[in-house]
Amino acid sequence: MSELESGLRLVGITKQFGPFIANNSISLTVPTGCIHGLLGENGAGKSTLMNILSGLYQPDEGKIFLDKKPIDIKTPADAIKHGIGMIHQHFMLVPQLTVVENIVLGSADSLRLNIKAQAKEITQLGKDYGLEVPPLARVGDLPVGIQQRVEILKVLYRQARILILDEPTAVLTPAEITAFLQVLRRLAARACTIIFISHKLDEVMAVCDEVTVLRQGNVVATRAIAQTNRTELARLMVDRSVEINTRPIPQSAGKVILNLKNVWANAAAISAQSKTHAILALRGLSLQVRAGEIVGIAGVDGNGQRELADAIAGLIPIQKGTIEIGSEAAAQQPIAYIPEDRQQQGLILSFSIAHNLILKAFSKLPFCRRWILQRAEIAAHAKSAIQTFDIRAASAQLKAGQLSGGNQQKVILARELAGEPGVIIAMQPTRGLDIGAIAAVQQSLLAQRSRGAAILYISTELEDVMAMSDRLAVIYRGQLVDILEASSATLEQVGALMVGSTEIKESLATAEKLETGVSPEVKALETNSSATKGKGERL
Amino acid sequence: MTIAYRQAVLKSGLRAALSPLIAVAAALTVGALLMLLAGASPIAAYSALFRQALTTYFGFADTLTKTTPLLLASLGVLVALRAGQFNLGAEGQIYMGGLGSLLVGLAFSDLPMVIHLPLALLGGFAFGAAWGAIAGYLKVARGLNEVLTTLLLNYIAQYLISYLVNGPLKAANAPSPFSELVAPSAYLPTILGKTQAHAGIFLGIALSTLLTLAFAITAWGYRVDAVGQNPVAARYAGISVNRTILQVIALSGGLAGLAGSSEVLGLKRRLFENFSPGYGFDALAIALLSRGNPAVVILTSFFFGMLRSGANVMQRSASVPVSIIYAIQGLTVLFVAISLALEQQVQSPKPDS
Repeated sequence: MSELESGLRLVGITKQFGPFIANNSISLTVPTGCIHGLLGENGAGKSTLMNILSGLYQPDEGKIFLDKKPIDIKTPADAIKHGIGMIHQHFMLVPQLTVVENIVLGSADSLRLNIKAQAKEITQLGKDYGLEVPPLARVGDLPVGIQQRVEILKVLYRQARILILDEPTAVLTPAEITAFLQVLRRLAARACTIIFISHKLDEVMAVCDEVTVLRQGNVVATRAIAQTNRTELARLMVDRSVEINTRPIPQSAGKVILNLKNVWANAAAISAQSKTHAILALRGLSLQVRAGEIVGIAGVDGNGQRELADAIAGLIPIQKGTIEIGSEAAAQQPIAYIPEDRQQQGLILSFSIAHNLILKAFSKLPFCRRWILQRAEIAAHAKSAIQTFDIRAASAQLKAGQLSGGNQQKVILARELAGEPGVIIAMQPTRGLDIGAIAAVQQSLLAQRSRGAAILYISTELEDVMAMSDRLAVIYRGQLVDILEASSATLEQVGALMVGSTEIKESLATAEKLETGVSPEVKALETNSSATKGKGERL
Repeated sequence: MTIAYRQAVLKSGLRAALSPLIAVAAALTVGALLMLLAGASPIAAYSALFRQALTTYFGFADTLTKTTPLLLASLGVLVALRAGQFNLGAEGQIYMGGLGSLLVGLAFSDLPMVIHLPLALLGGFAFGAAWGAIAGYLKVARGLNEVLTTLLLNYIAQYLISYLVNGPLKAANAPSPFSELVAPSAYLPTILGKTQAHAGIFLGIALSTLLTLAFAITAWGYRVDAVGQNPVAARYAGISVNRTILQVIALSGGLAGLAGSSEVLGLKRRLFENFSPGYGFDALAIALLSRGNPAVVILTSFFFGMLRSGANVMQRSASVPVSIIYAIQGLTVLFVAISLALEQQVQSPKPDS
């Protein structure tokens, strides 16, 4: 790949923040039409590098070449001018506006806003790239997968030829991911150059041509995908061999700790959502979890997982049925709940690590005596938690918002797992984390399992949930379709159950499902976009 | 790493202390320009203002008199702000607090002061708290935005008081709408002889100290801050967000109510129609300017009290319209908002997210 006709080339990019070297002489070559993977743990320097490319940071040293010509990217506007488009993990869309309005926002060069013509143009653009979207639907009504297409179209509409995607699949369901990876291939075939940042080795293996691994600001290796494999990449990323599939050692489960009988509940409207959706999210769900057992909940996002977790934690009321938490220890301890969204639900980012660690127990001994917070006890607790859970922070007084994702999750684990909880609900506990942090999270949970906790492990990442579970329950439209022994279940079997391809009553069918086709779905959304509103919270 | 971090903390702390001062200075400068436009000498005007408000006996007493209701009402607004709630209803709560204190002040005539005065203050607190709690209840149980409800409740309170002092509570043979005098045992005592300055200022300073402590070291303060910073995470951690909000809005109303009490029991000794010249709205500005710090509120309120007290003299001696003072108050808030926005931009970029 040394002979580069056209494409993007970075040479010796170095960026320092004070004493911290975020990028150390990084060189990277991406020929036109290639998909280049960028792998690395949190803090390896991926985001810094991408922020340099998109004009948010200036490199201290090094040059960027585009089609052999050196270019200067001083501002994000420069980046757009050179055809570099960034697609962020968290979408930069205005939910109240339509697809067209979002795409043309900020790019219109005339005073006249010709939505009709632009809608046509965007529809055509979408067809060209296989990114079909309903141009006049409100973005807030669309499923996340479609919103992401809008985000990509927005960049393409601005004539971008180099697309940088930061963790693009973190928010997608498995079916959406498959479709998304196909879109990437199509884009590459049409001479787009793509930099694909991800933690997920499978996706990188599936879609990239080449991959560069970063570790602590350095390029560790660049490999053609054909000449490497998952194990090698994983080793390169963390510099220690990690076992990717750590199936728990079988152990005999104890008595039933968590017992759900015929639970019905409405869709949660907890966070920023303004309207309460009176849509049934749980429809007669029954489940038992025993001491020393991990029960995995697999399913496509939005099939009631969130409500299941919230109902057990007592955050939403149930309409019918019972939830029993059946042991003296568990009855006294609050349920440990590792929520889905670390930053919104799990932490108070403006609070220090020490103060986040006492969020659940701040009003009790030993942290509080006669209404006064006990400074020394809180500090000692923070110190020991930082050690036990290997939270990498210079000081317990550091704000939670200053930590990396993995360390944020460790703070939550340290808080929730303190005091030997009887029941643990872990909702997407490894989402968006690097391999090292994933291993740490999984090991903490396995340790709790050996101790005898009853654990509910909810994840939309199938391999993740299969690797961690003793038994595996598949949730579909608020019901458990089947409960399998994880050791004998196969990916295909579970995958089929997840999309409801067994004898599920079709009477439940509405327009709100998205895992089937693409074009008819989009049309349905266009005409009936309000039907998707019940699909849980979105940014 | 640690040293750099400490320096960063120190720097941001300094900036937090410095920027309100810069905002005030900038506001005074722009105010000076406005005076020049009005054809007056800013130097003469400011020196008249500050000399009157700070160095004369009666002027200083007047500054304290004006500071007292501002301080109490600002503490109310600030407490709500800490829980992420905007209490725009301090004005109405001041009126209700005044009513509560008046009723207790009128109800007894032979109680000793040590019982009657605290009881009358409590009455004001209770009425203000109840008025605030209406907005709190509507928010928690019905999902109505407190910004709207607190604001609208102001009008109801103000006109309710107007009705009462024009009708049922009107003093016999009163030439204009005001009530009877409260019993002397409910008076907040005068602290500077021959002036109107009264002991309400001590109440304000004591409550501000108490709140500073409460936020610094108590579990209650921690809970309020948690709800203010991230209500969702607080809820997930098992904190009753609704209960906290209701509690805090009621407390907020109660503190603003005490501002009304101090006007009735300390200054006027009876209830007048429209007795608050917009203290409740100034309080909002003061609370924002003090950035949620209940100790800083003392200084900020004093500054605003000083402007109010010196304004009239300034008008007389330097022929500068009083409205310039209101412009300065408004500009101060504007500059604080600007400094907040700037700080968010300056915050150093993180190496990786």
